[in-house]
Amino acid sequence: MINGLQLGFVYALIALGYTMVYGIVRLINFAHGDVFMIGTYLGFFALASWHLPLPAAIIIAMLGCAVLGITIEKLAYKPLRNAPRISALITAIGVSLFLEYFTSLKFVFGPYFRAYPRPFAVKAYCVGDVTVSNIQLIVFAVATLLMVGLTLFVNKTKTGLAMRAVSYDHSTARLMGINVDSIISITFGIGAALAGAGGVLYGIAYPQIHPFMGIMPGLKAFVAAVLGGIGIIPGAMLGAVIMGVVEKLTEVYISSTLRDAAAFGILIIVLLARPSGILGRKEREKV
Amino acid sequence: MQKLDSRLTATVVAATIFGLLQILMTRGLINPYIQTILCYAGIMVISALGLNLIYGYTGQFSLGHAAFFGIGAYTSALVTRILPNNSSSWALFPALMVAGISAGSIALLIGLPILRLKSDYLGIATLGFGMIVNVLFKNSDKVIPAMGGAAGMRGITRLTTFAVVFIWVFLAVLILRNLVYSGIGRALLSIREDEIAAEAVGINTTKYKTIGFVIGCIFAGVAGGLYAHLYTYLNPDNFDFLKSIDVLLIVVIGGMGSISGTVLAAVTWVSLLEGLRIVLPSPVQEWRMVLYPLLLIIFMLVRPAGAMGGTEFGFLKTKDYRRR
Repeated sequence: MINGLQLGFVYALIALGYTMVYGIVRLINFAHGDVFMIGTYLGFFALASWHLPLPAAIIIAMLGCAVLGITIEKLAYKPLRNAPRISALITAIGVSLFLEYFTSLKFVFGPYFRAYPRPFAVKAYCVGDVTVSNIQLIVFAVATLLMVGLTLFVNKTKTGLAMRAVSYDHSTARLMGINVDSIISITFGIGAALAGAGGVLYGIAYPQIHPFMGIMPGLKAFVAAVLGGIGIIPGAMLGAVIMGVVEKLTEVYISSTLRDAAAFGILIIVLLARPSGILGRKEREKV
Repeated sequence: MQKLDSRLTATVVAATIFGLLQILMTRGLINPYIQTILCYAGIMVISALGLNLIYGYTGQFSLGHAAFFGIGAYTSALVTRILPNNSSSWALFPALMVAGISAGSIALLIGLPILRLKSDYLGIATLGFGMIVNVLFKNSDKVIPAMGGAAGMRGITRLTTFAVVFIWVFLAVLILRNLVYSGIGRALLSIREDEIAAEAVGINTTKYKTIGFVIGCIFAGVAGGLYAHLYTYLNPDNFDFLKSIDVLLIVVIGGMGSISGTVLAAVTWVSLLEGLRIVLPSPVQEWRMVLYPLLLIIFMLVRPAGAMGGTEFGFLKTKDYRRR
C-alpha cells in the first residue's frame, strides 16, 4: 500500500505535466515520458558525477527539464499550433523517439542500464503495522510540496490565472491582453520541471535507469491523467495515486505479470462509466 | 486518364508493378532479403489501410491497432498448426480467414462499448485494450502452451510469398476503395466531419462507427496472419503499443483518408527504415534511429496534412467522384 502510494506520487508528478499541457493546447505530449527520463539522468549526473546533495540534484533536474520542455515546444509544436491536432501528436511521437535514441548513443547517456546512486543509506521506520522507508518519506514530502506549490501557483498568481484563461479559450484570452504563446511556453516548462523532479525521485526509489525507461511510466502517468479527468489538476493527482496503488496491490496479491493489465483494465471500466474521468465535468454537446 | 475506365487503369497499374517485380525476382536482381522486406511493406499496407478506414475515414482515434494485428497473427498460426496439410500454401487461406474473423469479432465485442467514447478518450481506451491484449499474449502459455507466452511462438511454417501478399494488398485496396465510395463510406465520412450533424440527418452513427472499426480490424487481422507466416516467429513485443504507433504514423504521413497516401507511406516507411540500415556505414549505424524521428518531425513541420493530404491518384477515384 505504501509502495503503491510512493509509485502513485511519482506518477502524479508526471501526470501533472500531461494534464496541464493537454488542458492548454489539447495535445497528448508523448515526449513527456522522455523528458522525465532526461530528468532522471540529470539527477544521476548531479548525484554521481558532481556529488551534489539531493535537493540540488532535484533543482538541476527541474531546471534542465524546464529548458528542454520549452525548447521542444518552441521548435516542434509551436509551428503546428494551427495544423490538425494529429500532426502535432505525430511530431510529439517523433520528439519522443528522437530523445530515446539520441540519448542511447554512446557519447550521450549510452544504451545500458545504470545504477542510480542513493545519497544516503535506506532506513525503515515502523509506525504501528506500517513500515515506511526514508526514501518513501522523501518522495512523499517532495511530491506533496511540489503539488501544493503548483496548486497555489495556478490558483493564486496572475500567471496561473492567465493559464486557466488560456485553457478555456485561446482567442478570448488573447483579447484580454494575455500573451498566449508565452503562457503556453511557461506551461510546458512547469510540466517538464515537475517531470524532472519526478525523475529524480523515481531514480532514488527504483535505482536502475536506462534511456527507454520513460515509456511505461509516461504512458501510465498519462492514463492516470485521463483517469482523473484530463486537464484537471487534482484529477491527475487522484488518478495517479489510484494507478500506483492498484498496480502494487495486483503485483502483491495476484501476479506481477498482470500488473499492467489491471491498471489499464481499471482505466477502461472508469472510462465506460464516466467518459470524462473521475473528476471530469460532463460537457454538454453543442450543436 | 479521363478516357480510361478507372477500374481498368487500376488493374493495369497493379499488374505492371507485379510483373516488373516478378521479373526482377526471377532474374535474381531482388534477393530474398529484399523480398522479405517487400512482403513486410505489403503487410504494413494492409494493416495501415485498416487503420485509415477507422481513423482517416471515420475519425475514430485508435491506438490499439497492433493488438488486432497480433490477434490475427496468433490465431492464424494456431490454425495452420491444427490443419493436417499445413505445408501447402493453400493452408494459408483458411488461416487468414480465421485471423480476419477472430480479429473482427473481438473488434465487435470491444467496439460496441468503447466506440461511444469521443476522440482522445477513445484513443486511450484502445491504448489500454492494446496493453491488456499484450499482457494476455505474454501469459498465453498458461492456457495454450503452443502460444509460447513471453518467450514467443515458434515453428510456424513459412507460407507467405510475395505473390500472396501482393494479391491481398490488391484486394484490400479494391475493397477499401469500393467501400469508401459506397453509401457506407459516405456515412463514415459524415461521422468524421461532424458526428452530431450526421446523427441529425438520420445516420445511425453507432452502427456505422462499429462497421468501420470492425472492417478496419479485419484488415489488421489478415495482415497479422500474413506476418505470422512470413517471419515464422511471433513475440508479444512485436504487437505492443509502439507498433500501433507505427501504423498510425503511416496513416498520418500518407494523409488521412487517402488510400494512395497510405500505400505510398507504408512502402516508403518500411524501405526507409531498412534502407538506412544498408546505406549507412556501420560506425554510424546507431544513428539510424536518431535520423528517422528527425525526418519524421521535419516532414510533419513541412507537410502537416501528410503526403497526399486526402487526395488520391487518378486511377483510384471513381467516375462520379472525379466529375465533381
